Amino acid sequence: MTSARRGLAPARRGERRLGALLVAPTLVVILLVTLVPVAATVYLSYHHATVESSGLYVGLENYRYIAQDPAFRAALENTAIFTVAAVAVELVLGLAVAIVLHQAFKGRAVLRSIVLLPWAFPLSVAAVLARLMLQDQTGIVSTLLTEVGLVHGSILSSRGDLLTAAIVVDVWTSTPFVAYLLLAGLQSIPSSVLEAATVDGAGPFQRLWHVTLPLLRPAMLVAILFRTLQAWAVYDLVYVMGLNQIDSLSTYVYRDIRVSELEFAHGSSAAVFIFATSILIAVVFMRSLGRGGDKAASR
Amino acid sequence: MTRRMPKRGPTPRARGSTVALRVAVGVIAASVVVPLLWIVKVSIVDPVEQAQVPPTVLPHSFTFSHYRVIFADPLFTGALVNSLRIAGITTVITVLLGTLAGYALARFRVPFSGAVLAAILAVSFFPAVSAIAPLFIEFRDLHLLDSYWSVVAVDTAFSLPLAVWIMVTFFRQLPTDLEDAARIDGAGPLQALWRVMLPVAAPGVATTAILIFITVWNEYLFANTFLFNQDGWPVTVLIPNFTANQFTPDYGAQAAASLVVTVPLAILVLTFQRRIVAGLTAGAINE
Repeated sequence: MTSARRGLAPARRGERRLGALLVAPTLVVILLVTLVPVAATVYLSYHHATVESSGLYVGLENYRYIAQDPAFRAALENTAIFTVAAVAVELVLGLAVAIVLHQAFKGRAVLRSIVLLPWAFPLSVAAVLARLMLQDQTGIVSTLLTEVGLVHGSILSSRGDLLTAAIVVDVWTSTPFVAYLLLAGLQSIPSSVLEAATVDGAGPFQRLWHVTLPLLRPAMLVAILFRTLQAWAVYDLVYVMGLNQIDSLSTYVYRDIRVSELEFAHGSSAAVFIFATSILIAVVFMRSLGRGGDKAASR
Repeated sequence: MTRRMPKRGPTPRARGSTVALRVAVGVIAASVVVPLLWIVKVSIVDPVEQAQVPPTVLPHSFTFSHYRVIFADPLFTGALVNSLRIAGITTVITVLLGTLAGYALARFRVPFSGAVLAAILAVSFFPAVSAIAPLFIEFRDLHLLDSYWSVVAVDTAFSLPLAVWIMVTFFRQLPTDLEDAARIDGAGPLQALWRVMLPVAAPGVATTAILIFITVWNEYLFANTFLFNQDGWPVTVLIPNFTANQFTPDYGAQAAASLVVTVPLAILVLTFQRRIVAGLTAGAINE
């Protein structure tokens, strides 16, 4: 930027042109493959669309249909439970892991590497492995849970148990991400602040509650935002673990569009619903982030 | 995979709490490692032990047959090649486009650069399913269904926001002196990027490449939507279908296949942990 300001007028104009040229390919790809298709989905959702033709304009009929479709309602309920439960547990565990990783101890570097492993695990593969551990009789986890008396009957044929299992797998794979975001937040807190609190007589829990957590607020909000949006769009875990027994919003859309292609229009309106609610979630979080977040995130 | 990480509160720095810290470290490590060890166990015991009720905790038999089975299966080796191809091509394209765009947005006075960056980043909030219906129609009309290029195109578009953001962050951290010096010596802006900035920004480029590669290797929805022919499936689509297609799913093969497809990622993670974390947090914290 400084060099542009210093340069001569023609040079600056050349730079502007070059800059636009460098950004253009990225913009074109994003425009063609994400923005235009999303707009087209909105269009399809207002029509009697099939995979063959976009059909007649039907107004809100597709939306009315999914609003009354028990399968959509179940998908919405599952997704809401999944999102709230998974993100809440991940936040608490992520904070605990971040605090541990922030301490000085022998083998910290090793633990920091190991903790990242679940994050790199493909979700669809993790779901397969979870099913393997939950098989009746031969699965290790189902056997243990049955022995302890926590589970009666088959986990893989109970919708409630399947949803719980999907949440647990999500917690396993996504807690590292939350932990690392919060760890970055912890590392940006100057130790002088905590020392000052100690001098003032604050115990460890008071320091955590009154000093650390308020300063971690921006990092926590970012973690919650990213995780909430990912969980709200959950597809892999529910599709592979549920094996047609449970739906999330995304698997509902997928089923309508790709499996039974006759439901194309209904799937499109459900897709618009996920899109609109995601943007709404993002906007709400960005607002609260902007409101109280500037104090600590001064990097 | 149900071992929970510690529910206990923070472990204060005080000396007396070293035991609590050790316990917490042990629980965290175990919650990651124990499920993985279990999968290793399932992948090396024979089918008789596999079917035992209740399951054995420690392996009593040992066989490499599951690994032999999957590597003899052309579908599996083919899926490895497909995954490598899709993730490799997507990574190259995304890193190239993302570096150019990130450099321009960080350094040049691009018109509306703030709005452009915001628009690019907003895409990372888009749920993937909201785009698949029209893309499905489009790819069918273009005869791109069942071509890995359809998946590459969509994966690229959805990976670009992260790539651009990481590169913008990295370029902004670099001092402008180097470029200025190069420019005074008569280098054009592109030459300055190529000769001076890129070597310095290499860590940023590597971070972006690793993150994108892992994300795309793990991608499931698009591959499961646009690829019908099982010869074209990447590993994420093939492995779940090991179960669905067979009456008695071969758990040993499933476990072995799952481990094989995760090993490359594990090596990346264990080798480049710092870099990956830097990229992940740059993508989120530096707002």
